[in-house]
Amino acid sequence: MLPSVQTLKKSRFRDTVGDKLRHEAHRALGFDTGRVRHSRHFSFAYDISEADLRNFATHCIQDHITEDVFVNDFPAPDDFRSFIAIAKRPGVTDDEAMSSQAALADYFNTPADLRTQYIFTQDIYYIEKALSEAQLQAIARLIANPLIHHIQVFSRAQAREAFRNLYVPVVRMQADTTTRFFDLSGTDEDLLVLSRERLLALNLEEMQAIRRYYDNPATRAVRHEMGLPPEPSDCELEILAQTWSEHCKHKEFNAVIEYRDLDTGKTETIRSLFKTYIQGATKRVRDHLLANQNDWLVKVFSDNAGVVKASDDLLFVWKVETHNSPSALDPYGGAITGILGVNRDALGTGIGGARLFFNTNVLCFGPPDYDKELLPGQLHPRRVFEGVVKGIEDGGNKSGVPTVNGAIVFDDRYAGKPLVYCGTGALMPYTYGNRPTWEKRIDPGDHIIMAGGRVGKDGIHGATFSSAGLDESVPMSVVQIGSPITQKKLADFLYIAARRGLIKASTDNGAGGLSSSVGELAEITNGAVVYLEKVPLKYAGLKPWEIFVSESQERMTLVVEPDQLPALFALAAKMEVEVTDIGRFTDTGFLDVQYNGTRIAYLDMDFLHNGVPQKYMQAEWQSPPIHPTHFDRFDNLDVAEAILDLLADYNVRSREAVIRRYDHEVQGKSIIKPLMANGHAPQDAAVLRLDFDSYQGIAVSNGLMPKFVELDPYAAACGAFDEAVRQIIAVGGRLPNTQANDGIFWSANDNFCVPDSAYHPERNPDGKRKLGQLVLMARALYDMSVFFDIPMTSGKDSMKNDFVAGGVKISVPPTLLFSMTAKIPDVRRTTTSEFKHAGDIIYQVGKTYDEMGGSTFFTRRHVEEGCAPKVREVLARSRYLKMMQAHDAGWIVSAHDLSDGGLAVALSESVLDGTLGADVSLDRLGDLHLIVKLFAESHSRFIVSVSPPHAEAFEQLFGDDAHRLGVVTSAPALVIRLAGKKIADIPLTKLRAAWTTPF
Amino acid sequence: MDHTVLTPVPVKALVLTGFGINCENEMAAAYTLAGAQAHIVHINDIFDDSVQIHDFDIINFPGGFSFGDDLGSGKVMANKIKYKKLPSGRTLFDELIKFIRAGRFILGICNGFQFLVRLGLLPNTSGHFEQEAALEPNDSGHFEDRWVYCRVNPKNKTPFLHGLDIFPVPVRHGEGKLVLTPAAETTVVRDGLDALTYCLADGSPATTYPANPNGSVRQIAALTDPSGHVLGMMPHPEAFLSVYNHPNRMQYTGEAAGLRIFQNIVNHIHARKRNQTSVKA
Repeated sequence: MLPSVQTLKKSRFRDTVGDKLRHEAHRALGFDTGRVRHSRHFSFAYDISEADLRNFATHCIQDHITEDVFVNDFPAPDDFRSFIAIAKRPGVTDDEAMSSQAALADYFNTPADLRTQYIFTQDIYYIEKALSEAQLQAIARLIANPLIHHIQVFSRAQAREAFRNLYVPVVRMQADTTTRFFDLSGTDEDLLVLSRERLLALNLEEMQAIRRYYDNPATRAVRHEMGLPPEPSDCELEILAQTWSEHCKHKEFNAVIEYRDLDTGKTETIRSLFKTYIQGATKRVRDHLLANQNDWLVKVFSDNAGVVKASDDLLFVWKVETHNSPSALDPYGGAITGILGVNRDALGTGIGGARLFFNTNVLCFGPPDYDKELLPGQLHPRRVFEGVVKGIEDGGNKSGVPTVNGAIVFDDRYAGKPLVYCGTGALMPYTYGNRPTWEKRIDPGDHIIMAGGRVGKDGIHGATFSSAGLDESVPMSVVQIGSPITQKKLADFLYIAARRGLIKASTDNGAGGLSSSVGELAEITNGAVVYLEKVPLKYAGLKPWEIFVSESQERMTLVVEPDQLPALFALAAKMEVEVTDIGRFTDTGFLDVQYNGTRIAYLDMDFLHNGVPQKYMQAEWQSPPIHPTHFDRFDNLDVAEAILDLLADYNVRSREAVIRRYDHEVQGKSIIKPLMANGHAPQDAAVLRLDFDSYQGIAVSNGLMPKFVELDPYAAACGAFDEAVRQIIAVGGRLPNTQANDGIFWSANDNFCVPDSAYHPERNPDGKRKLGQLVLMARALYDMSVFFDIPMTSGKDSMKNDFVAGGVKISVPPTLLFSMTAKIPDVRRTTTSEFKHAGDIIYQVGKTYDEMGGSTFFTRRHVEEGCAPKVREVLARSRYLKMMQAHDAGWIVSAHDLSDGGLAVALSESVLDGTLGADVSLDRLGDLHLIVKLFAESHSRFIVSVSPPHAEAFEQLFGDDAHRLGVVTSAPALVIRLAGKKIADIPLTKLRAAWTTPF
Repeated sequence: MDHTVLTPVPVKALVLTGFGINCENEMAAAYTLAGAQAHIVHINDIFDDSVQIHDFDIINFPGGFSFGDDLGSGKVMANKIKYKKLPSGRTLFDELIKFIRAGRFILGICNGFQFLVRLGLLPNTSGHFEQEAALEPNDSGHFEDRWVYCRVNPKNKTPFLHGLDIFPVPVRHGEGKLVLTPAAETTVVRDGLDALTYCLADGSPATTYPANPNGSVRQIAALTDPSGHVLGMMPHPEAFLSVYNHPNRMQYTGEAAGLRIFQNIVNHIHARKRNQTSVKA
């Protein structure tokens, strides 16, 4: 038995962790556990005397007021009959253990050794009732994940023995550092077997391209000279697999696509969706902007994040990523690594060291009440929801980055794979000294420095894994847990190192690890040499190739000039950040990887980055038939009930329980928060000020409309774009490029998360159709971006969002997220969504159309009729320009965009917070059915309230585009009238009760 | 008073950072806006003697998640302060006690409050700098960001809260439920060391969640030591430096109460320094 320390809360203090498990066991499993107490257990694989251990435990682990502590002993109160011990598996991040080691070093005044783990923590739950082993296992599974946790359950009778033999995840591996070489001379089938067995995720054409490279006499000659056999090494195959992964090379977004429009019969060839529609749009927008002296676009698509000019002295960095597959396996770990990963994208843009400014997150889950049988390996959507939210909470809060805006979408089709979009905005000055911050300049001879965490087996094959569907044979090493404290130290260090001119460039170690980060930076000088034996490891036993591709988190690769090394190392030592010199950049044209003096990879840079064959794919689309709407079925609709029902819909109801768990105000710059007024009024875009001595700011919004994709992918994508734009207009934002040199930047990121869209007659028979949807969505992106002069500055595509198990496939709907940011010249002039004064006039700005298809109202009733709403961009733009004028004139007291649930929900949301009500009539909304007026989700509309003295001017400005609905009242009710008749009169208490239905 | 003979004496505020502290920038901004000189210093600059705390008028422990709140909020940082030795062989804890005894000021917010409580610098009713309180997990079981109202205890004489009565301010924490030993509780109440309590908009006690956001005993949001020179609070005044931070700013008619707290202490120290200078002159 290892030396151990255990703490247990004194019984007179509340045990929130234990209470939560008790509640969860009852809710999810119907078990009565009786009281549950949570205890922390620490094992010391460390030579420490009992006296020292006792001193350390009582001074540094125990809280004297609230806890008892047990040294080399375990507490076993008589009134607990069952026990659950949850330890981490070998190599899984154990931050509490590492912090304990830091405390141990401080206590004994010894140098901190955070390199090897010798303290291991686990959670032990004491359960009052005697439960069966199966019951205890089921309870344990509510909070533990077998992929990352080791579970032990035992009864009181077994307790003494079990406590003496608690599992401790000491990593013990045999070191096998030999390099293998692979003969590629076999059949094509042999190539495919090799790709599959080594999890390379390379297809036949790609494997053949690799074979051709190695067969080339020039390659053979170089290899001979470098002391390498003609065959590829394991390290080389892994580097190629990582670099050529869908994740890194976006092969499908760069494929040649043959697209057939089955509506018109026309066929066309698209050479790269990315170049044609995304990069293509930004090029056109840049031309439009420059023609009008708007030169705020600084860097697009060519770095880890997009860069624009935010003010005269600050650049704004913007990146949105996805982390879907890891979140399906371990929701907490997937989400926290997602947030920390996108933070590193912003930190590693240009020279690096930007100040992280805010996070966003958009989440797509199966519904929490999902009741279909779970497939092997599939986690229940509620579990995924809770784990992801906790991951985002810890990832943002513990990093000191406010989570300011987001969205949650529920749909059965996300029950296999959730979508977890994580965004980060950051600020940096234009220059560090005299170097432009946004540029990555690297010269041969510059050193390659790895900074931050150590390398372990975790995350090996992450890039190739996210490019493959999930199945039951996924190895454990794909799951990793982020460590916010490690990364916070790294971010603080980078901030200072960059400003002192110690680093020349930096990049994130994300998917593909060092192989990707060094491989990509080496493109700048055309070569690099890496000495893998120098890379610090978490534990011995990694193969050299594993060191190179490991995706252990919280690491960045820095580029440092030789004469800056001493200062960099001194700063790192002061800030307790581990930095290691692992190689140099060269101009040899080769990526040279060595281990203890032996060369294990020597790859031509051009082949590595440009050798991947272009994919060929087929796409087609036929519009589904639109069924006319039979409104007569709603003749007896109880309007009040319908509104309350909508407010309680998973996609409408209050997100407060989630929002409050995210720190959305740290850094002190938040102006419009997710919930305003008395804390319950939902808002459209978030607004932050840039600094404490400036009222210039940024608005942040998100738009996604997967619900319309099956009906009309083009319209759905336009709608998502418009949603993000109109939210920014609602708070008082301004469209770009309306005046010369106006400094109004917009920076958008597109994120496509789609199901497998590669046609295969058996495995993916509707692949062409899915790819057709993607083509139309990309086309919509182009059209919207160019029309509004809103550029994409970065983005991401995630192509295989299917969950496959037991012969069943659950595929996500093609989901395109637009994450938008825009300059706010003066945050003091922004507007919030809630009504503010009784007597103000309420308008609907913008027209409603008979577009009920896919609406929340119809979806709740399983009605598949009507068409998807379309964006009428010319009308929308002229409306937004008028909204800008009205904001400027100070006429708009409140503005809220219309979205899920249409007018009915937007009106309700405008009154939910306070004590004011509204009395509105639908008569001026034209000749439409009541259902359409209330519930259609036509785009580009707002609810606006205006104080009476400004009403006339407001109406003059908008003409017949502003529909006067009624007035804000001091009576706490939402009253809706039609043709003089009251059709709904809902007290605010009822609206609030429906809207705040818990998840 | 004759101002012409006085050279301006800047108030120097030390804002500590490192290892997961994350509110240092807004804390420094608060002092700058209040007219002081703010210095953000990594705590290891103290431990290697690059910076001396005694060169400052006030030491600030900002909010954040030092060491990820592992082992309990603020625990590992408190251990570092208490046990890790400076080059002199003394601990930072020894130096802080000296700093307090010299009549200077310490402010801890959120995570900083948690260090001060664990170190026994608050409420320090015994005068022995021993832990008398703890900040436990919120009754809700999780982290929460919400605006609350706080009320100033009129019995408390700390200069930080001068002129304030009832004011709104955000809380953002997972472990803010104050518990006190029975002996400490008696003294805290008797001497009004519970400088701030959670209340409703009208100032009446916040007896229920969420007005009392964490379940703190006696709705306590902030404590001072008996001298009033050490203040620790869970709410974040440094996130309310402008009225535009307020979630209901179009209806809110009050001042940026957060900034006021920093102005109070800076003005107080200024006045003291001026008096000292005058005396010397």
